[in-house]
Amino acid sequence: MRPRPNVAGGLGGFVWLLIVLVPVYYIVVTSLRGQRGFFDANPLAPPADPTLENYRLVLSNDFLRYLVNSLTVTAGTVVITVAVSLMAAYYVVRGRTCLSRSGYTAFLLGLAIPLQATIIPIYYLITRAHLYDTLLAIILPSVAFAIPLSVVILANFLRDVPNELFESMRVDGAGHWRMLWSLVLPMVKPAMITVAVYDGLNVWNGFLFPLILTQSADQRVLPMALWAFQGQFRVNIPAVLAAVVLSTLPVLALYILGRRYLVTGLTAGFGK
Amino acid sequence: MTLVRERTAVRREPRAAARGATPHPMMIAPALLFFAIFALLPLGGVVVLSLMKWDGIADPAWTGLGNWSAALADPATYHAIGLSLRVMVVSWLFQTPVSLLLGVLTAGRGRYRAVLGVLYFLPLLLSSAAIAIAFKALLDPNFGMSRAFGIAALAQDWLGDPTLALYVVIFVIGWQFMPFHTLLYQAGVRQIPAQLYEAAQLDGAGPVRQFFHITLPQLRYTILTSSTLMLVGSLTYFDLVFVLTGGGPGDATRFLPLDMYLNGFSNNDMGRASTLAVLLVVAGLALSLGLARFARFSRGSQQEGA
Repeated sequence: MRPRPNVAGGLGGFVWLLIVLVPVYYIVVTSLRGQRGFFDANPLAPPADPTLENYRLVLSNDFLRYLVNSLTVTAGTVVITVAVSLMAAYYVVRGRTCLSRSGYTAFLLGLAIPLQATIIPIYYLITRAHLYDTLLAIILPSVAFAIPLSVVILANFLRDVPNELFESMRVDGAGHWRMLWSLVLPMVKPAMITVAVYDGLNVWNGFLFPLILTQSADQRVLPMALWAFQGQFRVNIPAVLAAVVLSTLPVLALYILGRRYLVTGLTAGFGK
Repeated sequence: MTLVRERTAVRREPRAAARGATPHPMMIAPALLFFAIFALLPLGGVVVLSLMKWDGIADPAWTGLGNWSAALADPATYHAIGLSLRVMVVSWLFQTPVSLLLGVLTAGRGRYRAVLGVLYFLPLLLSSAAIAIAFKALLDPNFGMSRAFGIAALAQDWLGDPTLALYVVIFVIGWQFMPFHTLLYQAGVRQIPAQLYEAAQLDGAGPVRQFFHITLPQLRYTILTSSTLMLVGSLTYFDLVFVLTGGGPGDATRFLPLDMYLNGFSNNDMGRASTLAVLLVVAGLALSLGLARFARFSRGSQQEGA
C-alpha cells in the first residue's frame, strides 16, 4: 500500500510535467522550422512546413567530429574509471590494512571536493605536462573526479557478496586477480552499469574541463560545440536547437537502456 | 566432537583469512594515483597559488597575502559571495518541496507512471549548455514563449533585467537539478515499509496525514542527503550560468564560481581567482561537515528516543 497522491499533489505534478515538457517540446519543434517559420509562427505551434534543413546544416558543420570526440572522451573516462574503481573497491572491501581503510576515507572525503575550485591547478598541471588542447586533458581529471563516487557505490555493492564465496574460491587456490575477474566482475555487473551510466552522463555533459583544457575546434566535444554553434549561427536559432537535439540523442538511448541501473545506483550510493 | 571442531574452524577462519587475504596494493594504487594527482594535489595547489601571482602563462611568482588583501578589499568579492548564498537558500527552498512531492508522486508502480518516470527525468539528460541555449531562446522577448500565449506579462526581457535574471537563473537551475533530487526521494519512498501505511490506514489516517506522519519522518535522511548535495552543489553552479547569462546583466548573476573563472581566465589573474577558489573549498567543506554533524546529531538523538 503506497500513499495515494492527493488531488493537489497530482495537480502540482501535472503542472511540473508541463514545465518540463514545454521547453523540450519547444526545442524539438523549433529545430524543425525554417527561418521564415521561426520569425513568423507561434513558437509553440507545430511547424507548418517541417524541414530537416537545420539538421543537414549542423551535420555538415563537423558535428560528427564533435560526436566522435565526445564518444572518445566519454568511453575513455568510463572505461578507465570503472576498471580502476572496481580494483580499488575490491581492495577496500577485502583488504584489512591501514591503506584500505584510509583509502576509503579519502574517497569519501573526495566526494566533497568541488571540481570548480581545483580547476586552476589542474590547468597548471595540464599545461605543464604539455597535454593542453588534447582529449586526454579532459579524460584524466574527469577520471579523478569520477573515482570517489564510483568506488563508494562499488564498495557498498561488494560488501554484500557473501564471504563464503571468496573463501571457497580461495580453497580452490584462486588468487585475488582471479577472484576479481571470475567472481566479483560477474556479481557486481549491475553496480558497474550504474557507475558507467552515471559517470558517462556526467562526462558527456561536462563543460568546465573542455572549456578550460581545450581550445581548438579539432578537440571540441559536444557541449563546447553547442556553445560554438550558438556564436556561429547567431541568428539561426533553429539550427542551434537542432544541434541540441542531435547531441542529446545518444544519451537518451543510453538512459533508456540503463535507467533501472541509474536509479538502483543512486539509492546504493547515497544510502538512506 | 565434530561439532566442536567445526566451530573452532569457523572461528579461526576470519583470522586466517585476514592474514593471507589482503590483496596487493597495486589494486588500489591506480585509483589513488588518479585521485591524488588530479583532485588532492590541486586542492593543495589552489592554496599555494592563492599566495602567488600568475597570469596563466609565465611562471607563477610569490606574492604572499597580496591576492587575499586585494580580494577581501574588493566589494565584487562580497557581491559574488552574497549572490551564491542567495542562490543557495532560494534554490533549496524552491527545489526541496517540489522534488519531495514529485518523488512521492512518482514512487508508486503503474504503467502510466513508468512513462511519466521517463518524462519527468528528461532534464537530467540535457547538458547545461543545451539547457542554457534552449532557455535563452525560449525567454527571448521577441521570438520566445511570450509570443506563444499572447500574454503581455510574459513579454519581459527576462534575462536583461538584473532582478528578474537572478530568479530566472534560479528557476532554470531548479529545472535542471530537480529530477536528480526527485529520483533520490523516489528511491527513499520505495524503501518505506508498506506496513506503516497499512497500519495508518486501519487507524483511518488520510493521505495528507499519512504524508506528514509517515512519509516525511521516514524520509528525513533522504532529505538530509538531498539537501547536502543541493547546498554544496549550489556553490558550484557554473556551466549553466556561464552560457545563460555570462554573469550579467552587469554582475547580477556573477556567482562565486563564475567570478573565479572570469578573474582567472578572462582577466588572467590566476592568483586572485585562486583565493576565490579557496573560499569555495572552505565554504563547501564547512557546509558538508556541518550537515554531516547535524545528521549524526539527529541520528543520535533519534536512537536515544527509540
